[in-house]
Amino acid sequence: MQIFKGKETIAFMSYRKVALAFSIILMLASLTSLAINKLNFGLDFTGGTLIEVGFEQAADLNKIREVMDKNGFDDAVVQFYGSSRDVVIRLGQREDVKAEMLGNQVLKVLQEGTGENVDMRRIEFVGASVGDELTEQGGLAMLTALICILVYVAFRFEWRFALGSVFALFHDVLLTLGLFSFLGLEFDLTVLAAILAVIGYSLNDTIVVSDRIRENFRKIRNTSPSDIIDISLTQTLSRTFITSITTLLVLAALFFKGGALIHGFATALLFGVFVGTYSSIYVASAVALALGISREDLIPEVIEKEGADQEQMLP
Amino acid sequence: MLNKYPLWKTLMVFFIVAIGALYALPNLYGEDPAVQVSGLRGVEADNQMFEAVKADLTKENIKYSKIELENGQILIKFFDTENQIHARDLLHAKYKKKYSIALNLTPATPEWLAAIGGTPMKLGLDLSGGVSFLMEVNMKEAIAKAHQGMVGDFRNELRNEKIRYRSVKEVTTSDGQGAVKIIFRKPEDLAKAESLLKKRYRDFVFTAKDDDLSLTAKMTEQKLKETREYALQQNITIIRNRVNELGVAEPLVQRQGKKHIVIELPGVQDTAKAKEILNATATIEFKMVDQEGDLASALNGRVPASSQLLYDRNGKPTLVKKRVMLTGDHIVDANSGFDEYSRPQVNITLDSVGGSKFSNATKNNIGKPMATVFIEYKATDKKDPQGNLIFEKHEEIISVATIQARLGKKFRITGSDSVQEAHNLALLLRAGALIAPISIVEERTVGPTLGAENVQLGFQAILLGFGLVFIFMLIYYKAFGVVANVALLANLVLIVGIMSMIPGATLTLPGMAGIVLTVGMAVDANVLIFERIREEIREGKSIQQAIHQGYDAAFSSILDANITTLIAALILFAIGAGPIKGFAVTLSIGILTSMFTSVVVSRTIVNLVWGGKRLEKISI
Repeated sequence: MQIFKGKETIAFMSYRKVALAFSIILMLASLTSLAINKLNFGLDFTGGTLIEVGFEQAADLNKIREVMDKNGFDDAVVQFYGSSRDVVIRLGQREDVKAEMLGNQVLKVLQEGTGENVDMRRIEFVGASVGDELTEQGGLAMLTALICILVYVAFRFEWRFALGSVFALFHDVLLTLGLFSFLGLEFDLTVLAAILAVIGYSLNDTIVVSDRIRENFRKIRNTSPSDIIDISLTQTLSRTFITSITTLLVLAALFFKGGALIHGFATALLFGVFVGTYSSIYVASAVALALGISREDLIPEVIEKEGADQEQMLP
Repeated sequence: MLNKYPLWKTLMVFFIVAIGALYALPNLYGEDPAVQVSGLRGVEADNQMFEAVKADLTKENIKYSKIELENGQILIKFFDTENQIHARDLLHAKYKKKYSIALNLTPATPEWLAAIGGTPMKLGLDLSGGVSFLMEVNMKEAIAKAHQGMVGDFRNELRNEKIRYRSVKEVTTSDGQGAVKIIFRKPEDLAKAESLLKKRYRDFVFTAKDDDLSLTAKMTEQKLKETREYALQQNITIIRNRVNELGVAEPLVQRQGKKHIVIELPGVQDTAKAKEILNATATIEFKMVDQEGDLASALNGRVPASSQLLYDRNGKPTLVKKRVMLTGDHIVDANSGFDEYSRPQVNITLDSVGGSKFSNATKNNIGKPMATVFIEYKATDKKDPQGNLIFEKHEEIISVATIQARLGKKFRITGSDSVQEAHNLALLLRAGALIAPISIVEERTVGPTLGAENVQLGFQAILLGFGLVFIFMLIYYKAFGVVANVALLANLVLIVGIMSMIPGATLTLPGMAGIVLTVGMAVDANVLIFERIREEIREGKSIQQAIHQGYDAAFSSILDANITTLIAALILFAIGAGPIKGFAVTLSIGILTSMFTSVVVSRTIVNLVWGGKRLEKISI
């Protein structure tokens, strides 16, 4: 079976202005959403207390809210989590010294207030200082990742490719953050991990394309850079789609089967893989082209003997 | 075109996969209920204890499958939980004073597998259930304490050399680090002191100032680092002791970064008790009650300069002298018991320095009341400009007792309200006094039902993800799809095998997500190769040549793509904690194993099946 026959070159680069406008609009929209809605930071970043409880029957949220109000937890945010029997209660930072004792207290209050058998599923308490540190570290991690990758790609390929791929990564991360902000989805540590995985995935795609562009620049002469890029994209299109399909398949499995705890993780990756696939076709290559990539930039490099560690073929 | 691997290479590939499979095997066996007997406070279970436990179990007719003595711990495995609980209750009742008896689950790995070091993967707390704490050491306090110690040392030195000084005290500095400042009366004294102290205290930087005749001693960077390190290490040691007192099987106490300590207690559900013990960073100070001072006027704010006003649990005020007779770090042992009137009491043993100090301090105070002050540091949510948590010092009088005789190395405190209180006090005293206060800054508790559910969900997601990719690859690449699927299976086996082999690696829910993600991405390498082979065939190359070219040409892309993903994974590993680290670990391992399986394993299979033959057509 084959989806793309790959016989005719698709003129990707002729649409690059449209794609560029599309990307810029989306990036601006993401920035706007981030500025207005901000990110709905999870407990990991904000600090506070989270209690997940399980009821035997479908829980009555209003009743729970009432019980919480009555016992002085009027700042409690009560929500379903995954199913109607699982309820998550969030409490902000408190002045009480024994903030970390809150979880057990709430559990007791709930058990007495609702008169039902409440099963403690999870209690998380994060101090404010930890949250602040994490926000700092998270941002730093992302920046470090981008820089390390920039250096590696610049070293292995060429600075135009490096800038192109890092710009594509930036594009993917920004759009994913924008989606989370726009939909008001919770941004916790697992989502941060997912975004770093998106960086890895998107890069994977970009590198495969860049590798092919480099190869074609060496192989095909007397062709314009824009055509070379089109040829390379067409040749790798089949692979790009199939890998996206298999990755999306497993992510769908995670999204539907993985449970509420990694829902955010799966969402970020699902979206990230979509955007990553698009950006490796349009953003990375288009940026490299706009920066004036040409045959000469790639030729002086010593051509490596690829697969040198493989065994020699016999004639 | 032959596309043949030499025999040794083929065998090598099979051998590596087989080793991976061997070490992945223990994960297929379940777990046995067990009871773990470990000594408290450095006591080790010996042969005598071992025989005693064995005899007890036989006497009570409790059936066990295995009992062994290892590393000063006794581990007893059972066939069912009924016998396990029974044995725990029996042993706990009999040996609780010197041993902690913990329920445990031990892997049911067959002996021959265990003999070659096979163990199942360790499950993270989000999968096994339990509680984890992140504790922060108050470094500012640790350094302040070191300075206070230096104040005393400097005074002694100067006194011994008969150098006169006006004052020695701890001062704050603009960088927040603090220093010790000595002020002299004469410039000659300043000069003498400077040359003396400079010689003796090389880990301090001394700055003399002539205008106010002062000498300021600041810790060197090295000394500062050592002090912090010491505070962290001491806290870790003490927490280990305290955790042992809790009687938890396989607890984890580990440093994280410069000032944090991670504590994981698998299986613990009642966190209140654990927190009380861990969080109460308590120390004890013995002080004389100020009998001359007027309590009533002190309550109105006129506290004598040498005294302070403290309260007990019920709010009853007492005026005590500021001077500390003895601090808690001289306490060697403390345990609860009963006095001759059957009232709860705490028996305390001091070290020899503490003993002679205390003996001197009490000899002139017989018949006078002495207060035992319990000091706790609790974290507030406020922070100082350097971003460190501000800790509040809570002082509470836990007993006022009359000194009956000159107290020495052993003495007792009576007056506890209940057996429980005496027991808790003893526990805290025994676990030692902390130099730097610590507090819980993060806590995560996962209930046992959620843990089991997470395991199930993770497995389902992995199976479903695998199934979908399998089917897709079969349809799309037919025979080569089978090759990719075998490589994928080998990849999973290797990931599990390596995870089981690395002692520190833990499987978490995000870790399982990492495995799922690796599955999706691992086929990428095969897709790259297969697409290349198709391309080469389209260009009219022979089948064997196409296969060879396909593998060769795709390799550099695969390598680059994987290295960059590995960079992202490693950065994640460096910053992440707990579950996120688990994700980074499985992702990194997955990247490495998938390179091996999708390039080398799949090539081996292709060579075995199609290599060396003249082919007209191929199923790809």
